[in-house]
Amino acid sequence: MSTEHQEFATTRVKRGLAEMLRGGVIMDVVNAQQAKVAEDAGAVAVMALERVPADIRRDGGVARMSDPALIMEIQETVTIPVMAKARIGHFAEAQILEHLQVDYIDESEVLTPADYVHHIDKWAFEIPFVCGATNLGEALRRISEGAALIRSKGEAGTGDVSQAVTHLRSIVGDIKKITQADDSEVYAWAKELRAPIDLVLEVRKSGKLPVPLFCAGGLATPADASLVMQLGAEAVFVGSGIFKSDDPGKRARAIVEATTHFRDASIVAKVSKNLGPAMVGIEMDKIDVHLAERGW
Amino acid sequence: MNVGVLALQGDFLEHIDMLDRLGVRAKLVKTPKDLDSIGALVFPGGESTTMSKLLESSGLGEALKARLELPIFGTCAGLILLARSISDGRPDQVSFGYLDVEVRRNGFGRQIRSFEADLDVLEISPPPMKAVFIRAPVIEKVGSDVKVMATVSYDFNGKEESVPVVVRQGRYLASAFHPELTGDTRLHEYFLQHIVESR
Repeated sequence: MSTEHQEFATTRVKRGLAEMLRGGVIMDVVNAQQAKVAEDAGAVAVMALERVPADIRRDGGVARMSDPALIMEIQETVTIPVMAKARIGHFAEAQILEHLQVDYIDESEVLTPADYVHHIDKWAFEIPFVCGATNLGEALRRISEGAALIRSKGEAGTGDVSQAVTHLRSIVGDIKKITQADDSEVYAWAKELRAPIDLVLEVRKSGKLPVPLFCAGGLATPADASLVMQLGAEAVFVGSGIFKSDDPGKRARAIVEATTHFRDASIVAKVSKNLGPAMVGIEMDKIDVHLAERGW
Repeated sequence: MNVGVLALQGDFLEHIDMLDRLGVRAKLVKTPKDLDSIGALVFPGGESTTMSKLLESSGLGEALKARLELPIFGTCAGLILLARSISDGRPDQVSFGYLDVEVRRNGFGRQIRSFEADLDVLEISPPPMKAVFIRAPVIEKVGSDVKVMATVSYDFNGKEESVPVVVRQGRYLASAFHPELTGDTRLHEYFLQHIVESR
């Protein structure tokens, strides 16, 4: 039968993988063994990196793309999608990740930026990109550059969910307001958001982002996952929260359950029992480096 | 009659939307009690390993085994859940085995090999049907009772091969791609008209 019209790396194919991850948990892992724990627990994908954000925060120094050997080892260990991070604006790191055939590239503020003006031109890649955002304008700018998935930035490596909540509420709140905007107001919105008018019009019409919206940055408990899902996130990224806790496998399973059954407090309560200590965490007003401020 | 959509993980909302457009009341299925009032079921796309875990922990997997009469339509991960045999899966992966097919998970390759194609699908006219394959499973073998409704010809590491991508066996229908992502409701309509309503 017909084969003439096969197309790869279309917008629909790129966003499509994000659609498939909805209702799931994407877990940060630093080695093959953790990747296995994540897959065993029911993760929909893993993010392969050398240090989780909490350790990047503790150690300081420049944080870069992970060693390709580490990423490849993780790819060989699990059958679920493998994501990896490139520095903001570092298209050469992204080219390497594309060569490795990771399933998604995260142009991430958790790593030290390589360019303080430009983000990566993500349309130039066949691999889809996810980018962080603190507000709707930032989200739409990333989408205009080709991002196929947006996540809140939150404040990675803190175990403090407050910033993820702020970013999510800001994005979802402004979307609601734009759906009420009249024809003359949309231009002011585009100006205020510093976003292309065609994307603002698309948001007004559909009442949602043109790509899925996930939540990241500071989630540590099943209740955190339930909270952000109820606020409008379509899936969650958990970074330090799992492998910086006492019983990562059990906590990972619990967060997976809570993300699926986020409206059912009886299930979230059940899976929250006896998880052992969560990551200790660090409050927002005690940190020196605000990762969420990276990105322009 | 209500059609249920398995809503543990994945793109179940797109399926709800498709059914809605066909005038069918669809219901999210997350726990065994959600099965009570439904007469047919859709298994959506998503990660089959994740769904498999959640089927077990929610008790839905067991509950479904007692509802053998239900017609089921599965897409992508949903096809994997229906298959008799899975390769490159996890040893503990749940599959109901209702469809006599052998599938290979991610058989077309990683995300960079995900693609769109125009297909001719039996009983769906006029062609083509736009098909979106996302890290899709490959059907490697079909039993003699399985009707192949569409195939795709694909370059597997330099070797062009034609593989089944829509299959039906009695009350079970499955596609390796995602009709729910394109707005084309015809395969859902086929499921409702020729499988659900004809029973």
